[in-house]
Amino acid sequence: MKQYLIIGNGVAAAGCIEGIRSVDTENAITVISEEKHEVYCRPLISYYLEGKTDLARMQYRGTDFYEKNGCSVIYGHRAVRILTDPREVELDDGRKLPYTDICIAAGSSPFVPPFEGLDTVKEKYSFMTLDDALSLEQGINEQSSVLIVGAGLIGLKCAEGIADRVAEVTVCDLADRVLSSILDTECAALMQKNLEAHGIRFCLGDSAARFEGNTAYMKSGAEIDFDVLVLAVGVRPNTSLMKDIGGEVDRGIVVDEHMQTSAANIYAAGDCAQGTDISTGQKRILAILPNAYMQGHTAGVNMAGGNEVFDKAIPMNSIGFFGVHAMTAGAYDGEMYEEKTENSIKRLFTKDDLLKGFILVGCSERAGIYTSMIREKTPLSSVNFEELRKTASTTAFSPEIRRKKFGGVV
Amino acid sequence: MKRVYVNEEWCLGCHLCEYNCAFANSGSSDMAFALKGRPIYPRIHVESSEKISYAVSCRHCEDPVCVKSCIAGALSKDDGVIRIDKNKCVGCFTCVLVCPYGALSPNENGVMQKCELCLQNACGEPACVKGCPNRAIVYEERDEAV
Repeated sequence: MKQYLIIGNGVAAAGCIEGIRSVDTENAITVISEEKHEVYCRPLISYYLEGKTDLARMQYRGTDFYEKNGCSVIYGHRAVRILTDPREVELDDGRKLPYTDICIAAGSSPFVPPFEGLDTVKEKYSFMTLDDALSLEQGINEQSSVLIVGAGLIGLKCAEGIADRVAEVTVCDLADRVLSSILDTECAALMQKNLEAHGIRFCLGDSAARFEGNTAYMKSGAEIDFDVLVLAVGVRPNTSLMKDIGGEVDRGIVVDEHMQTSAANIYAAGDCAQGTDISTGQKRILAILPNAYMQGHTAGVNMAGGNEVFDKAIPMNSIGFFGVHAMTAGAYDGEMYEEKTENSIKRLFTKDDLLKGFILVGCSERAGIYTSMIREKTPLSSVNFEELRKTASTTAFSPEIRRKKFGGVV
Repeated sequence: MKRVYVNEEWCLGCHLCEYNCAFANSGSSDMAFALKGRPIYPRIHVESSEKISYAVSCRHCEDPVCVKSCIAGALSKDDGVIRIDKNKCVGCFTCVLVCPYGALSPNENGVMQKCELCLQNACGEPACVKGCPNRAIVYEERDEAV
């Protein structure tokens, strides 16, 4: 008799539920959901503000998802402690829930640096959850000047989401370029140009020294007046449950290929988990939705006594602003092949007979062919890379690989 | 389940499958009216190099990385067929980033589309197969990986 407990109710949790149910259709699953929402598509909160989706369509799964999968969900509560003898999880209201297997899918929380005078700012928001987006929506109007601190994926998607609903948007970042975690200087400049063409202003290589009411006093000496402040500086993985029981935690909760943590019967998945990035071989948090689902699914299968390995994790992002898409994957390591036009940049990185990574701005067609070569570690000597680097096409693969890809069930 | 398979030795590279696909999914009963003088957005694409050509459409993978990666929960697998809910898709292109076959592409509105085997349109079976003049595309059951 098993009693599955999933801490968290995001996409990693949904993957875990579907993973468990692919093996075990009998035993009960309990989900602890701090947010009072059924699993929804978190990356869509900016699309919601932009009017490209709505609350109903943002549901990740159908309305019968939990019922169909025999899950009971506890909304509005947090797990505060894992007890190992007897095996129970304690909630913030003191309730104790028994378990045989746990998946920690607790995600991450916004990181707010200790800016001087931040407490004097009345209208300030994070931009991570659906409730954050709904609050921000209440706080803005057509006259608002919005300052977004952080020019990463979250800050810029927020900027795009609200651009047509407010008077002006300024984005500042300590980094000297936008999307500094995934783009190099030149690619970032191309994306920035497009964002600026749509009215977004930037203040890069600068950060707030202090806030005073509706003014940010920047380190450069600049002063930025605003009505609404959005803090999108970064996130911290939620790892305390694991730390408290002495389990292995680095930046995130360390997991192996089965998503097993250092503690028996405890698995972890999603933005709080630190698995192996196969493009570098390093253990790191890959806080992206595909990873969350796949890790969750693998954890679920293994919790239920099946055997699934997830050993294909790489960083990969597809992010678009106002119709221009940037795609990135893997590590920017090795020899670079480049093609440029006025509105596009393609950069492929190769080393040791492998495609290690790429950046594609404004030229994303069939990019998955490149991504699969990184994930599958396809030897470049087995393909016609001269042809492939120009155009992502399966014609450049050998007849044997093509026969595998197109001649049977894949 | 039955899937679409190609025979690259027999493909003439005529691109007729692309037109039949676009027509079958147009909802129109008149091919000229549906396609004439317009850019087409087929869900199957002929890939060709100097030596070979063949048509590529969704493989309906056993373990579909697109379904697992979709940030909008718009892709799903039902009875082996991978479908996209265009109403949920926000056009983020993550599926394009992950599909190893290049089988997803945007329609004229930037919403993703893919082969759904014509099971839900008026054709009822893959139009690319039905219209291929050289039987280079077939629709059949093959159980094994090769």
